[in-house]
Amino acid sequence: MSLAKVPSREKGSSVDEPLDLIRLSLDERIYVKLRGDRELRGQLHAYDQHLNMVLGNVEETLTVTVVDERTYEERVQVKTRNIDMLFVRGDGVILVSPPLRTG
Amino acid sequence: MLFYSFFKTLVNKDVVVELKNDIMISGTLAGVDQFLNLKLENIVVNEEKCPQLASVKSCFVRGSVVRYVQLPATEVETDLLQDATRKEHSNQVAAAEKTK
Repeated sequence: MSLAKVPSREKGSSVDEPLDLIRLSLDERIYVKLRGDRELRGQLHAYDQHLNMVLGNVEETLTVTVVDERTYEERVQVKTRNIDMLFVRGDGVILVSPPLRTG
Repeated sequence: MLFYSFFKTLVNKDVVVELKNDIMISGTLAGVDQFLNLKLENIVVNEEKCPQLASVKSCFVRGSVVRYVQLPATEVETDLLQDATRKEHSNQVAAAEKTK
């Protein structure tokens, strides 16, 4: 079974590999899941094949699980932080996607 | 090479480097190389979290231990970055085609 290639009239308009999907999101807001229970939402300005990225107007979300020693109850805390312009090193990136719609 | 060139444009600007071990170093970017290793000068660290670097003025940071670099938004030309990214991407695709 051969994969059909989308004919490209202009340079780089066919989506062949995963990185092409990210190219479609340039200048759009994206959601990035990182190692260490971190998530970023920001505007994608640049990326490369390592998934190093520059994001603008970023909101970082940290998910911390706190275990109460006496009651053994687990509480999930979410901490957020806003940064104007951020370089993210690609080796921490797990996934990249358009922003998730909640509710 | 995209981000190497990008960081070269930010030399002498103030940045905040966040390392994978959660240490935050604020300082002036003195240099960068192809591995995105960074040289920082006049650094300021949180003394409670990182007493080891409290009296350090300059440092070399291996690129692989960086998690984030917080950049001054005013120094980043987002249009140029996006154009450079598109070009870099098509260079990548062309290089991959060549090796097939």
